[in-house]
Amino acid sequence: MSIPQLLVHDPKDNVGVVVVEGLKAGTKMLCVVTHDNSSFELEAKHDVPIGHKIALADLKKGDTAIKYGEDIGRMVGDAKKGEHVHVHNLKTKRW
Amino acid sequence: MASKYSNLTFKGYRRENGRVGVRNHVVILPVDDISNAACEAVANNIKGTLALPHSYGRLQFGEDLDLHFRTMIGTGSNPNVAAVIVIGIEPGWTKRIVDGIAETGKPVTGFAIEQNGDLKTIMDASRKAKEYVHWATELQREECSVSDLWVSTKCGESDTTTGLGSCPTVGNMYDKLLPEGIYGVFGETSEITGAEHIAKARAINPEVGERWYKMWKAYQDDVIEAHKVDDLSESQPTKGNIEGGLTTIEEKALGNLEKIGRTSKYIDILGPAEAPKSGNGLYFMDSSSAAAECVTLMAAGGYVIHTFPTGQGNIVGNPIVPVVKISANPRTVRTMSEHIDVDVSGILRREMTIDEAGDALIDTIMRTANGRFTAAEALGHREFVMTKLYRSA
Repeated sequence: MSIPQLLVHDPKDNVGVVVVEGLKAGTKMLCVVTHDNSSFELEAKHDVPIGHKIALADLKKGDTAIKYGEDIGRMVGDAKKGEHVHVHNLKTKRW
Repeated sequence: MASKYSNLTFKGYRRENGRVGVRNHVVILPVDDISNAACEAVANNIKGTLALPHSYGRLQFGEDLDLHFRTMIGTGSNPNVAAVIVIGIEPGWTKRIVDGIAETGKPVTGFAIEQNGDLKTIMDASRKAKEYVHWATELQREECSVSDLWVSTKCGESDTTTGLGSCPTVGNMYDKLLPEGIYGVFGETSEITGAEHIAKARAINPEVGERWYKMWKAYQDDVIEAHKVDDLSESQPTKGNIEGGLTTIEEKALGNLEKIGRTSKYIDILGPAEAPKSGNGLYFMDSSSAAAECVTLMAAGGYVIHTFPTGQGNIVGNPIVPVVKISANPRTVRTMSEHIDVDVSGILRREMTIDEAGDALIDTIMRTANGRFTAAEALGHREFVMTKLYRSA
């Protein structure tokens, strides 16, 4: 298998993790779901650093972000499919 | 049923109480902050000894004082320690620590500074330390079974690659070695927040799960809710976590919990620095998520090797316990290679499976148990940090 640019933990997730350095906007990423080794393609809309997340679907303010098949917090801004998801648009529901 | 891990052996130091160490330190242990200078002077006089300076031990009381004694006695009692010199300002608390360590049967002697002064104390303690070094350096390693190992874990400077690679690697190791009879421990109470429903369900039975949940909730209510001024967004996750792509405590917690694998269940809950009493298996220790504090507490609980997954590159070590670093972040293993013992970045490229990564970690654990230095040992990382529960009197 070729080297993926994005890994997704669980089929239910709506965010994935960039696993290569220097990812540029416009890259058609090979995305692999580690749970079942299934794959799909997704175009990155931003330059996103290694380790950071990308939306797998259009996420609206107020939506719950899902990773590991679990709730990881609330969107406080929008992120379209392929865009960067991080502290600027996602917040904890705790504390 | 015998697995391919059942026959693993290593050469370790079997101590008077039957426990097995993988290092052979002669420790010079200060009871309190003002005895650090004498301890460091003894360690300077007598080669092959190790002083463990720290910041506390005066006017503590209640549960906080209990934790101080438990950490001191536990550190001296750890099987990686052959013999101990204890130095305190006065004889009362010094004796309490000496008596606690002496229960293991290992050589230990205490010295008090009042009515002697630093110089006489240093001379007397140095003579005894020299005796201990001659004795300890003649001890021989003997063949021990993998089941004699006590292996702790705690991750640090985590990022999203920890949850994908290095934490599942530790989890895979536990899934393979816990059935062989090792002792394991994980902790980091605040850092389970967002995954507490999963952690509670990984207890051996509902009663232990309930006790775990009460312990976790008490920290939320009594510490975080009582002291927070914001959503802890620069502390938990840390600035380093955020740089590495972790956004929320929930996301961090879910990655953290990957360290206990797929099948392992914890059998009991330990207070900070408390030694396990329910036999072999996995434990949860109520502990800070700060690396040096947590590793120090687990070492005081009796664990002899620590496995430490890192994403962005936490460089922590411990004076008496070898800390094995595992990283899946390709940038970290490239830019900080001298700190990483097990490179599992192949997991992200889908060139390495979690099963292969677990085997690579087990191989490094066995070599470390045989005496091979970890990166943190070679680089001189000896962070010894006491946990303090509240202000002294």
